[in-house]
Amino acid sequence: MEMNTLPPKFEDWFTTKGWSIHPHQVEMLARADAPSLLLIAPTGGGKTLAGFLPTLVELANDAHKGLHTLYVSPLKALAADIKRNLGTPITEMSLPIRVEDRTGDTSYTQKRRQRADPPHILLTTPESLALLISYEDAPKIFAGLRRVIVDEIHALAESKRGDQLMLALSRLQTLAPGLRRVGLSATVEDPDAIAHGMAAHPDPCPILLAHPGPNPDISMLVTTQRPPWSGGGAKYSIPAVLDLVNKHKTTLIFHNTRAQAEIYFHNLWLANDGGLPIGIHHGSLSRDQRAKVEAAMVRGDLRAIVCTGSLDLGIDWGNVDLVIQIGAPKNVKRLIQRIGRANHHYNVPSKAVLVPANRFEVVECVAALEAAKENDLDGDPKGAGPRDVLCQHILIVACSAPFDPTELFNEIRTVGAFSNLSRTAFDNCLDFCATGGYALRAYDQWKRLRELNSKWQLRDPRSAARIRMNLGTIYDIETLKVKFRRSAKSLGEVEEAFAATLTPGDTFLIGGQIVRYEALNQLTVEVSRNKGTTPKVATFFGTKFSTSTQLSQRILRMFQEDHWPDLPDHTSEWLQMQRRVSKLPEAGRILVETFPQNGRENMVVYSFAGINANRTLGLILTQRMEAAGLNPLGFVVTDYALMIWGLTAVTNMEPLFDPDNMRDGLETWLQGNAVMKRSFRMAATIAGLIERNTRGGRKSGRQATFSSDILYDTLAKYDPDHLMLQITYEEAMRGLVDFGRVEELLHRTKGRVDHVTLKRVTPLAAPLFLEPGCIPIFGDGRERLLQDRAAELMAEAGLANL
Amino acid sequence: MNHYAFYLANTLLHAYPDGSLWYPSKRILCVSDLHLGKSERIARRGGILLPPYETRETLWRLEKAVAAIDPAKVICLGDSFDDLDAAKSASDETRTTLARLQTGREWVWIEGNHDPGPLDLGLGLGGSHREEFKSDPLTFRHIAQASAQDVVVGEISGHYHPKAAILGTRHRPCFLLDKARLIMPAFGTYTGGMSARQAVLANLMSTDTLAILTGKYAIPIPLAACTIR
Repeated sequence: MEMNTLPPKFEDWFTTKGWSIHPHQVEMLARADAPSLLLIAPTGGGKTLAGFLPTLVELANDAHKGLHTLYVSPLKALAADIKRNLGTPITEMSLPIRVEDRTGDTSYTQKRRQRADPPHILLTTPESLALLISYEDAPKIFAGLRRVIVDEIHALAESKRGDQLMLALSRLQTLAPGLRRVGLSATVEDPDAIAHGMAAHPDPCPILLAHPGPNPDISMLVTTQRPPWSGGGAKYSIPAVLDLVNKHKTTLIFHNTRAQAEIYFHNLWLANDGGLPIGIHHGSLSRDQRAKVEAAMVRGDLRAIVCTGSLDLGIDWGNVDLVIQIGAPKNVKRLIQRIGRANHHYNVPSKAVLVPANRFEVVECVAALEAAKENDLDGDPKGAGPRDVLCQHILIVACSAPFDPTELFNEIRTVGAFSNLSRTAFDNCLDFCATGGYALRAYDQWKRLRELNSKWQLRDPRSAARIRMNLGTIYDIETLKVKFRRSAKSLGEVEEAFAATLTPGDTFLIGGQIVRYEALNQLTVEVSRNKGTTPKVATFFGTKFSTSTQLSQRILRMFQEDHWPDLPDHTSEWLQMQRRVSKLPEAGRILVETFPQNGRENMVVYSFAGINANRTLGLILTQRMEAAGLNPLGFVVTDYALMIWGLTAVTNMEPLFDPDNMRDGLETWLQGNAVMKRSFRMAATIAGLIERNTRGGRKSGRQATFSSDILYDTLAKYDPDHLMLQITYEEAMRGLVDFGRVEELLHRTKGRVDHVTLKRVTPLAAPLFLEPGCIPIFGDGRERLLQDRAAELMAEAGLANL
Repeated sequence: MNHYAFYLANTLLHAYPDGSLWYPSKRILCVSDLHLGKSERIARRGGILLPPYETRETLWRLEKAVAAIDPAKVICLGDSFDDLDAAKSASDETRTTLARLQTGREWVWIEGNHDPGPLDLGLGLGGSHREEFKSDPLTFRHIAQASAQDVVVGEISGHYHPKAAILGTRHRPCFLLDKARLIMPAFGTYTGGMSARQAVLANLMSTDTLAILTGKYAIPIPLAACTIR
């Protein structure tokens, strides 16, 4: 077909630009008729243009009316960025194409107009798309749709947002049967899995691999100053990092959490004597602030940006020539993708520097460097399609029009992740949407669907508004806006749990400035300016990434080497010392150290299973210790180890690490666990059982948490087979709890637990004492301590003989 | 023993870890703030919809407490039902359980702010309805009298659902005890609570008040040592 080659107008344009078209761009054009196509290309490889080229060519002749191409990206910012970039070829070739974006930030009037008169190309996010397909006029809006482009599909595929998007695409495919799908992805370890998730099942999805480009130039920052024993601040690296910023045009300084980014940014400015323009960008900042930084970046006004995952994806921010990663990257794939942000020019190697935040991360960084050199990418396999997202999808479909359950079931089965969905599982979800599930069927509010003439529809059409208000699968930790008193401008957001710890007068960091907490006003944290240099409250929480299994194994292999020429002296000396006083952990075995400290009996387990799996292992071990009368009081976890402390010393390791009967008692133990409650909150929110947004405004996090916790408790007690609990258990086992990893670990190391009894703390264990985030065990040990403490207090008050 | 024994107005009483009070010489068991029908009332008034099981749960625990001690008299210290509608619409299961519990013993419903009307006659819930109940030298009433100064020695009340904790522990329901009065924790499931250090409770109690924590054991601690929330 002539349409599948580059028309002269486009060729001329490329020529005037002095560009030559990349081979994969030609290929994408040639295969534009494929029902599904996945392009894997490194950042800077002209991926987006490759995706849009067929659309631009098809639309160049002005024949198409209405929506032609839907572009979906995980980030609102990306949609805005693409709109800007598409503007250039469209204007310069005078193409008759209208491009608009539609995200949570688009105005209400604009959105209304878009529904009545859609543009040729609509740029959106999975959430805005879900909202679009929930409208009664969805069939009209999407009738002429020809192509859908899913950008950064590797990022979406990792989360429920991807599942929601693919469900939405199955709907679109029904509304516009000729729809072709294109996925654009960065380098990933398992392209087939992404292709499987993307195509309309059972269609095949061919994969097009672009040339990967030259190997990146990555190194680890070595300073004369020693990294600290623990923590994620990496403050020691500030002078060296400023020096690097000075030597480059634009530097991105990545952090693993928002809190770390804030603190680092603050410290950078305290040391920034040369007044280098440095900005900060992360998801907790207000939209205005982010937009300001983005604009300054595009203009090239900034020399560095301190950022988090919010800048992870392929936005083209101009001349970034250096990427600095503060803290161990935890995951090689993410590292490679971040590195790809430097030098958006094909055929020029990206340059990156890793900055370990503490002594142990030095080891992790070296291991990650090796893995990156070997391009040994990691990742965890994804499970079947999540049923909470399915429930939400059923409600979305019902908002649009009455549906036939069998037709909907068949449509859903075309989604890769749901291709094995059983009719029973589907019916259970439908029943949940219709009644709220067994324990809840007494209430009308949860009866949202009814059957009429063998079609299901909303019981009350007015409920559509409520359902729409609560769409989406992004579960933000509850946050509160931070504002100066008597000011309308928001400085950003902090997590509610963090806000709850503040007392008036406390100072903390937000948006790079120190503010003083004044009061909590409704859902706003009111603050005032503060001149101090050190915030009193160091941090607010952030998501912790888990180190990938592959990376952990690499670290364990490194430990077994005789000496470590790649490690800085301070770190190799530390490891040598550990080897002298105790042992270094080995792959395939578990090292356990026990020693007394601070009047408690401590047990450190070097499992290298990642933070989530270690937390679960901690729950299993403490449960067994509680049963054995060992009075555990609490534990703390990191990616590589966990430390449990209690009243009684542990001597017999074998029964504790027995891989059999792990699930016994774990369920009851887990039931009261905060992790389960959090999983429940997420699942119940996504499935529509808990509404976070109501007409009266958004519920405060504490309200919502309270309600969801008692709801969870009751269901767990009286209706443990309720769909929401099944989903909670499944999710907790897989994601937050990482049960699979623990199971595998204990089986693999059965009979290979090395117990070292010591008189005091070891070099490798010492950092654990500085680790925040202790998980308390409310067992008999704590009850005994409480009694002891109460008796002391009674005695102090002179009431001992009462 | 898991309970805490103490004297109020020279009368020996036992605070049990489940939140009930035992008056051994008169064989009286007292529980406060059952709030039966709470989820049903919340749902009726447009709040969160909880599975309606907490009534059963509360009654199960009450049955356990009664079976363990076989009291001659049970005093429910007010707010036994979450409101009068909840009392009117009590399920057959609730009624049967109550009837079973009342067999062979006296049963006194003290009126509370949530359930001011008579529960005994019109609503057929058995027992006898009282504004307050005196058993010299003790007085059982729902809400404590205004201030610590003019209190009658020997007052036992509920209403506030006090909770307390010491540093490093979670808040749990507690009894509050000083020389003159005792305030009881709520016995009902999902009844929430008020920190015992809050002004409204501090004004009622003297400075040397004891908080008796419930849970696995009844643990007495000086209220002044409890955390402020």
